[in-house]
Amino acid sequence: MVVGGGVAGVQAALDLTELGYYVYLVEKSAAVGGAMAQLDKTFPTNDCSL
Amino acid sequence: MNQFLFEMANIRDQDSWVHQHEPEKATAKAKDLVRMAVARVRGEGALPYNMVPVTKSALVIGGGVTGMTAALAFADQDYPVTLIEQSDMLGGNGRNIYRNWKGERFLPFINDLAARVTSHPQISVKFNSAIKDVAGSVGKFSTTFSDGQSFEHGVAVVAVGGEPYQPEGKWQFLHGVNPNVHTLLELDKKFIDQDESLKSIDQAVFMHCVGSRIPERPYCSRVCCTHAVDAAIKLKELNPEMDIFMLYRDVRTYGQRERLYQEARGKGIIFVRYDLDHLPQVSEESGRLMIRCHDPIIDADIAIQPDMLVLATAIQPRAQSAGSLSKFFKCAIDGQGFLLEAHMKLRPVDFATAGVFLAGLCHYPKSMEESIAQAKAAAARASVILAQDAVPAESVTAVVNRAKCTGCGVCTEVCAFNAVSLDDNGLSVINTAMCKGCGACVAGCRSDAVTLKNIGNEQIMAAVDAAFCD
Ligand SMILES: Cc1cc2nc3c(=O)[nH]c(=O)nc-3n(C[C@H](O)[C@H](O)[C@H](O)COP(=O)(O)OP(=O)(O)OC[C@H]3O[C@@H](n4cnc5c(N)ncnc54)[C@H](O)[C@@H]3O)c2cc1C
Repeated sequence: MVVGGGVAGVQAALDLTELGYYVYLVEKSAAVGGAMAQLDKTFPTNDCSL
Repeated sequence: MNQFLFEMANIRDQDSWVHQHEPEKATAKAKDLVRMAVARVRGEGALPYNMVPVTKSALVIGGGVTGMTAALAFADQDYPVTLIEQSDMLGGNGRNIYRNWKGERFLPFINDLAARVTSHPQISVKFNSAIKDVAGSVGKFSTTFSDGQSFEHGVAVVAVGGEPYQPEGKWQFLHGVNPNVHTLLELDKKFIDQDESLKSIDQAVFMHCVGSRIPERPYCSRVCCTHAVDAAIKLKELNPEMDIFMLYRDVRTYGQRERLYQEARGKGIIFVRYDLDHLPQVSEESGRLMIRCHDPIIDADIAIQPDMLVLATAIQPRAQSAGSLSKFFKCAIDGQGFLLEAHMKLRPVDFATAGVFLAGLCHYPKSMEESIAQAKAAAARASVILAQDAVPAESVTAVVNRAKCTGCGVCTEVCAFNAVSLDDNGLSVINTAMCKGCGACVAGCRSDAVTLKNIGNEQIMAAVDAAFCD
């Protein structure tokens, strides 16, 4: 189980599924993404984080 | 549908974005792009989805703290590991550092780590070893070492570390000339050895950024500010009466380490700023060290005659190791010789080459705890491959038209993946499991006998004809 659906939680959940595990991702808000999803361009590569 | 029957006319990237201000010409180009894609895809066939069985073992290169941590992470999951180290000892730079900014000693930790590595049944350590050759790719590499032995592994972690810059030129500051000038690691050795002479020092000066943040080495080495400030505090612990001056450019005791900086100021350690146009001058006057610099806050030239000068020198990559590994594993390297990850945010411990991962100082200067975290991340990412029984192999591989092949052997020489050989009849054959579809043999063949599946003359000429049909 991964608690928190920000970018760290989402990445951890994805990596665990790639290892072959079924993952429960728990997020208190209505959407995943956390703080990162509120940023437009992120330093230093300026990717759109959404 | 078989994915190799798909062809994309990339109107967005190659047309609408680049020709935003010429809509009519862009529309004409869009039609060309569509026509070319259609012509191409007509000549393409379905390709097999090849798989390579995964060899469930790992190679770790470099026996510093990073390499040892990664090796243990694999071995504790029961994967066999070969750890190769060029010297005769595990531990790397960490052995020469007294403690971290939280006051934890490095040496006991490293000795413990090394003992766990050498006694682990799944880890075999090769000392005094170098890599001589690497063949294969993700899922099945075969690496040959300097003693001629070879090891098959599904993944590799590169942890070849870095090294301290040795002061030279205008950054030498009498290091190696005056016995009272030390690098931080030389001072750490005195701490480790509990050198009593440190207690009788009345005045010490630390110089930050020696060889860092200059045109030849434009980056910040990140650990030296904290290291220097902590060493100054340690000296104050040994002799609270000691006067200590820190000559700095910017203090980068980042994050939680800020507390250490506050503590240093609280203990009366004096920070004096310098810049590249006003480098402190270090000389010897009647046998004693003399340091002259300008303090911009009191706007006055000052002179200090310390008993000891300590240089916080830059960290640089082991350029030679990084260079040879970048050839063997085709991993990218930056202008300084640091190894480059595939994407600094999305794939921070992967190389662009599948199955090869990186961690630690070889990537950029970082503290021990960051190196350890990265080592665990690299091993975890690599375990994703080891957890599978087979990984997808290249489908777009080379094929030989044996009627045209003259057996000249150029293809065998240009192949970087050892995938091409000459058979008993002297004609070229491709080992599809090893072929990466790079096309080097296609370009090298003077008889037009080798082609890449779906990227042959037939498809390319059809696209060219379509582009110029009217
Ligand atoms: C001057 C200096 C000061 C530092 N100060 C601090 C500090 O105060 N606090 C802190 O937390 N961290 C500090 N660090 C960083 C810390 O030492 C590292 O983060 C940590 O030791 C991890 O290093 P590593 O294992 O990645 O690399 P290294 O310690 O460099 O280990 C790499 C190992 O790989 C071996 N190797 C190299 N090339 C090959 C090859 N081709 N084949 C086989 N083996 C190879 C080397 O012999 C070495 O044993 C400092 C580093 C330096 C250089």
